Order: sequence, then structure tokens, then C-alpha cells
Amino acid sequence: MPTNEELFNKIRSALVDALGVDEEEVTPEATLVGDLGAESIDFLDIVFRLEKAFDIKIPRGELFPEDILTSAQYVQQGKLTPEGLAELKKRMPFANLDAFSKNPVVKDFGNMLTVQDMVRFVESKVAMNA
Amino acid sequence: MRWIWIDKFIEFESGRRARAVKNLSLAEEHLHDHFPGAPMMPNSLITEGLAQTGGLLVGEYHAFEKKVILAKIPKAVFHFQAVPGDTLVYTAELLDISDDGGMVSGTSHVGDRLQAEMELVFAHLSDVGRARTLFEPKNFVFTLKLLGVFDVGSGRDGEPIPEPPGLARMRANWTPTDVPHS
Repeated sequence: MPTNEELFNKIRSALVDALGVDEEEVTPEATLVGDLGAESIDFLDIVFRLEKAFDIKIPRGELFPEDILTSAQYVQQGKLTPEGLAELKKRMPFANLDAFSKNPVVKDFGNMLTVQDMVRFVESKVAMNA
Repeated sequence: MRWIWIDKFIEFESGRRARAVKNLSLAEEHLHDHFPGAPMMPNSLITEGLAQTGGLLVGEYHAFEKKVILAKIPKAVFHFQAVPGDTLVYTAELLDISDDGGMVSGTSHVGDRLQAEMELVFAHLSDVGRARTLFEPKNFVFTLKLLGVFDVGSGRDGEPIPEPPGLARMRANWTPTDVPHS
């Protein structure tokens, strides 16, 4: 298993290459969309880079469960229902959803994923491979 | 003008890499505007040529069942200007591919000299809404035939790349006026 620092450094390098940001900008607290300017297509680029850097496979919807966020069953009036939120938590154990849970407006979701969430996500994928 | 910015493939290894040639000639109209008296191949068109080389590699992987678009160029570096008389050799390597798209690294060489290097991200369009009628990926099979892929290509099993069934179906539907003079 790589150390947390090794993990962070590799992820930082993937984000620097994919998003054209400076290393200093990639802090654990930085949000991918809000602070680092990631757009939807960047997530595909980031996933490719993480797969290569860590020799893992990241199936569609694992990092960003868009199926839940666009589901008529779980979304009502632009907000996730309590069932939808529970499902999201189940699918994203790596993400800190506390702030989002208070007002789960779907269009704000993209802005809550942080670099630290991504580190935890990769950590869990690498652990599964070990 | 046809929007084909490579002249032929010289290598096509399914799922791995492809190499294509682009000859630059003063007969190309655009070189006289870019720039008058100082013709040079626009780097944007070199990018397009590499994107076509890599895009066909990505499309062939899924037998042209998916709509492939160039989604992002995370990196592009040009080391010198290519000019009429140069033969550019584009190499595209497929680094990763999934249901969502593909990642390609590409280089352009003039002889042994590295002229450009870039990363290209291709996305598969979902077949809903406008994307459904945007273009028909199977049409690229014609381009592949034109560019000699079936002459030089090898499949993932090492055997020659067979012409996809779509080409035979299209050929069956050709009318006599479509058949080129031999």
C-alpha cells in the first residue's frame, strides 16, 4: 500500500496535468469544481489518469454517481430525497456529505467533492486491489 | 475540400496504436493564407490530423458502434513549424479506453525530429437527444478504407482487420452513380 503522502502526491500530479492548476492550489480541502475549475469532461480525463497512476479500474458512476442524481425516484424538485441521500452515502463512503446533506440541491452536488474525498476514494480502490 | 487531415495509415494495431502520414504540399490552398509568402502548416490542423489518427483508433476499438468526439486536449507542445515538402508522421497510442471514452498520446515527427506531442481525450456521446442524429459513426468505415487501414492493420488477435459488416451493407446499397470510375 502506498503511504497517504505518496497517494496524495500522485493524485495532485494527476489533477495538475488534467486541470492545468498549480501544485499549491491542490490542497486536501480544495473542491474539484469550485476551487480547481473542473468541468464534466475533466472527470473522464482525471479517471484515466488515476487508473494509470494506480493501476486500478474505475467503472462509470463510481466516483460520481450521476444515475442517482438524475433519477426520478430519488430527485424531487431539484433536491435529493432522504432515500436518495441514503443511497448516495452508500455509494460514496469516501465522500464527506455532511454539508451537502443539510440542503441536498442536486445542482450544488458537483461543487462538494474535494481533493481529500478523491484521496479516500483512490485509497479504497487501491486497498481493494491489494 | 474534404475534412481529412491525414493521407494514409502506415500502421494500425487495433486497441494499441496507429501511425499515419500527412504530406504537406504547396498545392494546399490554406498554406497560401497561412501565411502569404511564408507557408507553414497550422498547428491546429496538425492537432486535427493527430485527432483523426487517434479518433479512428478509439472508434475502431468498439467497431464504430459508438459516437467518438474529441473532448479535450490536456496538453499540446509544438517544437517547430512544419512546412511544405515535409512529411509528417503521426503516431497515436491508446493509453486507456472505457465505455465513456479513450485517452490517447500522440506525436508528430518530421523524419527523426519530434515536431509535436500531445494528449487527447475522446468521449463517447450518449445516443440520446441531438447526439442521436449528429453523425453516423459507421461512415468512418469508408474513411478507413480510403486511408488504407485494411491494407496495413492488424486486429487485437494479430490477424488482419476484417472490413466491418457495415461496409459490406453500405456497399450493397450503393447506386451505380456512387461507384467510382476504374
